[in-house]
Amino acid sequence: MTNHWNDYQHSDVIMAIGGNTAENHPISMKWIEKARETRGAKLITVDPRYCRTAAVSDVYVPLRPGTNIAYLGGLINYILQNNRYHEEYVKHYTNASFLIDENYDFDAQTGLFTGAEDDPVRNATKYNMEDWQYQTDDDGEILKDPDLEDPNCAFQLLKKHFAPYSIENVSKMTGAPEDVLEESYELFSSTGEAAKAGNILYAMGITQFTHGAQNTRAIAIAQLLLGNMGIAGGGVNAQRGQSNVQGATDMAMLYHIIPGYNPTPQQTQPTLQDYLDATTPEDNWWSNRPKYIVSLLKAFYGDNATLANDYGYEWLPKLDGLDHSHIPAYKYMRDGEVEGLICVADNPLVGGSSSRAKMDYQKNLKWLVSIDVVENETAAFWKGPGMNPAEIDTEVFILPACAAYERDGEKANSGRWIQWQYKAQDPPGDAKSDLWIVNEMFKKLQALYEAEGGTVPEQITRMHWDYDDENGDIDIVKVCKEINGYNTVTGELVTNFVGLEDDGTTACGNWLYSGYYNNLENPACKRRIREKEGLGFHQEWAFAWPLNRRNVYNRASCDPEGKPWNPDAPVIWWDENEERWVGNDVPDIPGTWTLEQSTENPFIMLPEGVGRLYSIGYQGVGGLRCGPFPTHYEPADSPVPNLLYPNATYSPTSQRFYENHTVETDEERERYPYVATTYRLVEHYQSGSVTRNQPWLNEMMPEMFVEISEEHAEELGISNGDTVLIESLRLYNNGEQGHIEAKACVTKRIQPLMINGEKKHIVGMPFHWGFMGMSTGDSANDLTPSVGDPNTTIPEYKAFLCNIRRA
Amino acid sequence: MAQSICLIDTSKCMGCRGCQGACKQWNRLPAEDTTFVGTYENPPRFSADTFLRVAFREHSGNNGRVDWYMAKLGCMHCTDAACMQACPAGAIFRSDEGTVNIDEVKCIGCNYCVTACPFQVIGFDRLTNKARKCTFCLDRLENGLQPACAKVCPTDSIVFGDKRKLIARAMDRVDQLKAAGKTEARIYGLDEVDGTAMMYVLADKPEKYGLPEDPQVPMQTRIWNAIFKPLRILVVVAVAFGLWVNRSQTKTIEDAKSKNQAE
Amino acid sequence: MNLTRRSFLKLAGATAAAATLTGVGLRKASASTGEPLRIRFTKEINTTCTYCGVGCGIICNVRDGVIVNAEGDPDHPINEGTLCSKGASIFNMSYIFDEKGKPRLNPNRLTRVLYRAPGASDYETVDWDWALEEIAKRIKDTRDRTLVETETVNGQQVTVNRTNAINWLGSAWCTGEENYLFHKMVRAMGVINVDHCARL
Repeated sequence: MTNHWNDYQHSDVIMAIGGNTAENHPISMKWIEKARETRGAKLITVDPRYCRTAAVSDVYVPLRPGTNIAYLGGLINYILQNNRYHEEYVKHYTNASFLIDENYDFDAQTGLFTGAEDDPVRNATKYNMEDWQYQTDDDGEILKDPDLEDPNCAFQLLKKHFAPYSIENVSKMTGAPEDVLEESYELFSSTGEAAKAGNILYAMGITQFTHGAQNTRAIAIAQLLLGNMGIAGGGVNAQRGQSNVQGATDMAMLYHIIPGYNPTPQQTQPTLQDYLDATTPEDNWWSNRPKYIVSLLKAFYGDNATLANDYGYEWLPKLDGLDHSHIPAYKYMRDGEVEGLICVADNPLVGGSSSRAKMDYQKNLKWLVSIDVVENETAAFWKGPGMNPAEIDTEVFILPACAAYERDGEKANSGRWIQWQYKAQDPPGDAKSDLWIVNEMFKKLQALYEAEGGTVPEQITRMHWDYDDENGDIDIVKVCKEINGYNTVTGELVTNFVGLEDDGTTACGNWLYSGYYNNLENPACKRRIREKEGLGFHQEWAFAWPLNRRNVYNRASCDPEGKPWNPDAPVIWWDENEERWVGNDVPDIPGTWTLEQSTENPFIMLPEGVGRLYSIGYQGVGGLRCGPFPTHYEPADSPVPNLLYPNATYSPTSQRFYENHTVETDEERERYPYVATTYRLVEHYQSGSVTRNQPWLNEMMPEMFVEISEEHAEELGISNGDTVLIESLRLYNNGEQGHIEAKACVTKRIQPLMINGEKKHIVGMPFHWGFMGMSTGDSANDLTPSVGDPNTTIPEYKAFLCNIRRA
Repeated sequence: MAQSICLIDTSKCMGCRGCQGACKQWNRLPAEDTTFVGTYENPPRFSADTFLRVAFREHSGNNGRVDWYMAKLGCMHCTDAACMQACPAGAIFRSDEGTVNIDEVKCIGCNYCVTACPFQVIGFDRLTNKARKCTFCLDRLENGLQPACAKVCPTDSIVFGDKRKLIARAMDRVDQLKAAGKTEARIYGLDEVDGTAMMYVLADKPEKYGLPEDPQVPMQTRIWNAIFKPLRILVVVAVAFGLWVNRSQTKTIEDAKSKNQAE
Repeated sequence: MNLTRRSFLKLAGATAAAATLTGVGLRKASASTGEPLRIRFTKEINTTCTYCGVGCGIICNVRDGVIVNAEGDPDHPINEGTLCSKGASIFNMSYIFDEKGKPRLNPNRLTRVLYRAPGASDYETVDWDWALEEIAKRIKDTRDRTLVETETVNGQQVTVNRTNAINWLGSAWCTGEENYLFHKMVRAMGVINVDHCARL
């Protein structure tokens, strides 16, 4: 989230797309309601189902799952064609004026950008991005046209790229009626006025597609055009589905990054210098990367990290250029390469794509460790449906963990607020906190290597690991201090990341968190002071990364002279007398900069200093594999050809992991004719392993169900509450069709959509159920495909084809 | 009638069911075994373990639009309370806070209140043979706290406060809804059964939420109340005796049955 | 309604103010027959809800080290005392009320370390020490056999120190400190197959 929850009260128009906020983030509605009451704000919901959010919104736009880029492309086109964009903002704060290489093009015939070639390793298309670059002069300065008229400037290319996304075409692709589309575009683009704030909030209904990253890009482009970034009530707001998914990402429980959004070293970067050269831009914030990396290595390897040994860089594992995210990691398991699985409060056999197939792959494991509060499906796979325990040789260790309120620690919410979660009671029986478990587990491993040696034992033994208190228990404060950062000579805590150095004199486990625990008496993340007046930023409540900043990119909330675009909700402003930025938030500009510098670089995280309408990797920062502009591609399982680019079906750069895994032929399309999507319910949580073991929640939502329209039910002869079978290509193995079972929920809230003149039925399923727990049921994810976004490899859970029949 | 009431603005309800969870939590009520019967609404009816339910009702609206109405339902705490009139034991009383409550010690388990209630919100606990229902969190009110359902509600769909202020707020809200095209919007519980301490802003006709259009104290309850009130003591004794006989007979039969099965 | 927060504090702590309220007898009203208010003489602990990314404040009322009630924190600037159905039911994660309104430990919570041997049809209960030592041995065995120390890249020998034989799935349920240590452990093991709920 660029903004935060309380900030929603300043929005004039809120668009919930790909996120059912009333259902999955109910408290957000508190602030949306406040905006409606105090500002007359309007809420637009864009969703395949008339969901709980739709029920309380002003405008509801139905759309076929998997057509978000069509819808958002239509919005971008509407803004451009009707001059609804915030001109001054676009000229100054985006790369609209940047000139792009004359060879850059997009070919509607092939549906590909310039530079497409085959990628045999990934079994997909890849791009040579040479012709996508900015035009520069001899000094390397980017060429610009301030009038935005040059046909090669980003603004004109944007206009050209989105010209086919007319309301008529968008309606044909999405199935949304033209008048509803126009109403929503008209309403949302009204926030292009300088003093108006438009807020787009989303969740996994935007990201979980083979074009998920570009969905998000489309949102960012619309928000930049309307001047909604940085202001109060604006922003691109990814609503995180879990209490610390933001924090787990910050701490990089992901293959491709190490803490603080630094890329994991590649094998093409043998030395620290190689790594820093490849990842450090000349300009703006990431030019500080060496300080963050050296401090991180000092935190990791302590005294073992010295200038002479590259601060222990060689002990960090180097990637091989391949994908190691969830989908391929399970493929490696299928192929017998993976022997062990350590699963921390995670349950991929319900929450992962094509989960039924994964249950079989787990048979190849020698050992499995599950750390959780309940016995989940992943841990119990050996007694799952169709499994014969006698034939499964996997050793399973189940370690009982704590509920949230049984342990201390910080959690970062969607708005990047780092808040303390206090322990209220002891866990039951032998259950222990994950912090205790990881400490003991690693100490045992380290001791084993100290005693016996082994393959590259230094990688383990040189890791700095000293978190015990005097009783041999884990001392969380020691961990907090290491994450916050300290001076390696004096041991003093650093105030914030501005104090980090690249010479080994500072250690810091995560530069973004620096400052969250810089005061042992009163750690910033434990502060509980509400503001008495103000914009609801609550600067003294907890701590927000970075630097306690509540709205990032807030420089853009002011005009070039430093005056707030909206004087009624001023985030920060330039104080002419003091010649510095002041206001309700921590300014997103280095304190030493002049007004002119800040005007040229309102987006300090990017080397260009301005927002990217046209996005490419520049000076090693950002860029997407699949093109500089979002493009409508169908989901992998698509019921129709691509209306705009008939020769490109689904995202050409998306890696194909499995053969015969998605619907490609007409015969298959007939076999699986219905467009399905999955979602969460407010009463349950993720894979349900915790909530399906809570009687009150089971009482409210007791069973797996599938939602279909009344018309669809009549066609199939299904009555409300009947048990039905649902099939997809993922459950079609060795010529045999598998299925999942669910109760039918026949509802007016789902309507068939007219897609390019053809009626298509929409089907919705929650994905919370599995075979363990107090409430059991089949998993919707047995049906979902293991294909992912080309950049993130997030699986495409939200759009696939299925068949339904009576049980 | 009460000084403080709850105003339930159904147009702000998004069906998160925080109130349903909070009610169970505060009142220490066990969960019921339910099944999915084609609606989000569950449990299907009020019981001794369910004082509060959230209604989810779908209707065809204007221009092919769907109206999906949600509302917190439960005891209305009526001024003209049928349950109080029906109770032969005087176990149902109006508290100083204006709420209608069942004294479980006095309750004789006759079930009359359960059948008399025009909103059908009273449950019967077969374990203790007592009638039970929403208490308006009387224990919280008496200690200066809001009812659990009002406190938990994220969108202020349920608010607790001064009656006059909330009625004014309700009237404003109805005007807003009417202006937005909800021509059937109304306040519910202002005149119904002489006013209720759970008052509603409805965006549509009461029946669309599963509420009776014109709730009435049943005529037989009124007659019962008018004629037999002076004879209440006798009635209590008679009913208690009847129940005792009934129960001992049931017990005898059950004993016989289980004995029979054991053999 | 500004009285809520104040009253809540007054009641919850074992303060003089709370003591004066002891005499307030409850009517025999339904479930709460004659017992003192649930949260009287309890310790208030502010914690953060464990479900979605909103980060609501929850107050746990604790008596004798046991949570007896959990509800929204009225002081929290985001939720201001409100919660959704999951947050309002969070008590159920630990305790379940039986028919008499008595709390019982949720029977499905794990309370023992369990081990399933190859081919076994059930778990056996083991102790922490044994389990952690055995896990360390499994990790070491797999890692020592599969760690790739060097790789030839563009004709150059490069130290890579990675293994593809262990998958790690982290969690958004864990705290920042936990995830940080998990991350250190993952990289120390040379593990590169690592992911968490952000993708799931």
